[in-house]
Amino acid sequence: MKFSVIITLKKDVLDPQGKVVQQTLQNMGMDSLRNLRQGKYFEIEINELDEDKAKNIIEQMCEKLLVNLIIEDYKIKKL
Amino acid sequence: MNSAVIVFPGSNCDRDIASALTKLQFKNKMVWHKDTELPKSDLIVIPGGFSYGDYLRSGAIAAKSNILKEVIKSAKSGSIVLGICNGFQILIETGLLSGALLRNKNLKFISKDVNLKVVNNNNKFCSKYKKDNIISLNIAHNEGNYFTNKDHLKELEDNELIPFKYCNSKGVISNESNPNGSLNNIAGILNREKNILGMMPHPERMIDDLVSNTDGIDLFSSILN
Repeated sequence: MKFSVIITLKKDVLDPQGKVVQQTLQNMGMDSLRNLRQGKYFEIEINELDEDKAKNIIEQMCEKLLVNLIIEDYKIKKL
Repeated sequence: MNSAVIVFPGSNCDRDIASALTKLQFKNKMVWHKDTELPKSDLIVIPGGFSYGDYLRSGAIAAKSNILKEVIKSAKSGSIVLGICNGFQILIETGLLSGALLRNKNLKFISKDVNLKVVNNNNKFCSKYKKDNIISLNIAHNEGNYFTNKDHLKELEDNELIPFKYCNSKGVISNESNPNGSLNNIAGILNREKNILGMMPHPERMIDDLVSNTDGIDLFSSILN
């Protein structure tokens, strides 16, 4: 079973990399750009057929290693 | 006093700290990250560098290594633990110290000497410094921008858990004297029990007038004391 995990910085955490990317895009003339935040993306395949169990395992992976819960949020999606 | 320096693939300040410790009369042993036992030591040092190439987040992979399980046990039973630079990042990732170290505000790797104020000396690491001493230590990092939540920040300030803050040469703590965007100019923090110190600046680089200054010596002699 395959899942995606998207990790983003929490709202009140400064994202200097995202800010620079945003400014660059705006300098390139992308005037409608209002806000940009940079994050991380993982694709994870696991040997588990039960979707709930599988999700649970991915959640553990997130909480124990992939995500720093103090500054980051995550979203899991089945692919 | 016995000390142990933990070495990861990618550590690059391990030899510096080992030679500083030996020079200052510690009996030091190097401990490889795959080891599962710590030698008897009064001080455990997690050195600077780029453990595991800084993959995922600085310190995140090292925090899950074999030897760190032992370091965590030992730290929880009261051993003195010092994490410098990447060592500070690793201590944060283990949860022994709270908060997070974000990318420097200006997105640059900063390598330079900075002024620090010893804002609290009531701990095992700083007793030889006078309160409000201004010292100069070297920093060399990309992720040293300390961040934590309001409650924890208050706890740090109220309980004298911040030994060092970035300041200018006159001791003024301000945005201008903050090299990396760190919250309240924090350069290092202690845990609540004050036996664990994590700091971004490198005291081990400041023990010899020939190459720098000697402002780092008092940190190690405080521990010896």
